[in-house]
Amino acid sequence: MDFTPEEQQRYARQLALPEIGTAGQAKLRAGRVLVIGAGGLGSPAALYLAAAGVGTLGLMDGDAVDLSNLQRQILHATADVGRRKVESAAAKLRALNPQTELRLFPERFTAANAAARLADFNFVVDATDNFASKFLIADACHAAGRPYAHAGILRFHGQVMTVLPGKTACYRCVFEQQPPETGASPQGPLGVVPGVLGTLQAAEAIKFLLGLGQLLTDRLLTFDALTLRFREVPVKRQPHCRLCGDPDHARP
Amino acid sequence: MQLLVNGKTLERPEGDTLAGLLVALGADAGRVAVLVNDEVVPQARRAAAALHAGDRVEVLTFAGGG
Ligand SMILES: [Zn+2]
Repeated sequence: MDFTPEEQQRYARQLALPEIGTAGQAKLRAGRVLVIGAGGLGSPAALYLAAAGVGTLGLMDGDAVDLSNLQRQILHATADVGRRKVESAAAKLRALNPQTELRLFPERFTAANAAARLADFNFVVDATDNFASKFLIADACHAAGRPYAHAGILRFHGQVMTVLPGKTACYRCVFEQQPPETGASPQGPLGVVPGVLGTLQAAEAIKFLLGLGQLLTDRLLTFDALTLRFREVPVKRQPHCRLCGDPDHARP
Repeated sequence: MQLLVNGKTLERPEGDTLAGLLVALGADAGRVAVLVNDEVVPQARRAAAALHAGDRVEVLTFAGGG
């Protein structure tokens, strides 16, 4: 629980919060969060987690930085184009907080590596940009019993929800199965949309590590930048859910 | 009859079904999750799902970006 004078100064504002203090800061330092995707959602999520003093941050992404990413993926800069995203991200995160230990995985999250990656972390941020990965993360986190924060975005809006596997509604309770690919070239999103939602995912990870407040479980929060409205939709575990439901429950 | 769709009141004809409502909303049935009074209604059951005055309907668009 000892913090150096430099750490005491770096985290002074958090240490001054009675809900955090040195005990909470020690929990953050002991925390291990895996951010899957170092793009639009992963950028703000990883920045805030490193800034807050999360001790170990895993970053997983198989892509390289493209010029068209920079409109929203604020971890990366013009000079990083062509560089592996996890390495570009790591340079910024190290500069922000050298005390955060980074574990870099320059690869996609797959069924083959899922269990090994999840085993080393205690909270996961789904910051991926495709349905196949989002459904795979839902399934793998359920199998591993790993809590995680989902987010997905589209054009000017998006949604976020935290899942405690086996305890709260899962992604498949609401979005039962992967929709067909449209084949259309992606439109958007407006960069601030993943900025807002990735920041909320970081808030969930920090609250989970601290055991503080109420997590965004059994409710899906939607955000629309055009109307600037958030809406909270109650969701509950579905007995017939193909992932977390009762296997004896008849499918409707 | 009046429904509450994504938090807004909407007037719909008596006997309307969930599938009918989605058509009226212009929703892509394969790319939305739908909850009626907090219960998820799978795509296969929406044509037969009758709506009643006061029902709370949530139409959630699949969002796969990041
Ligand atoms: Zn479920």
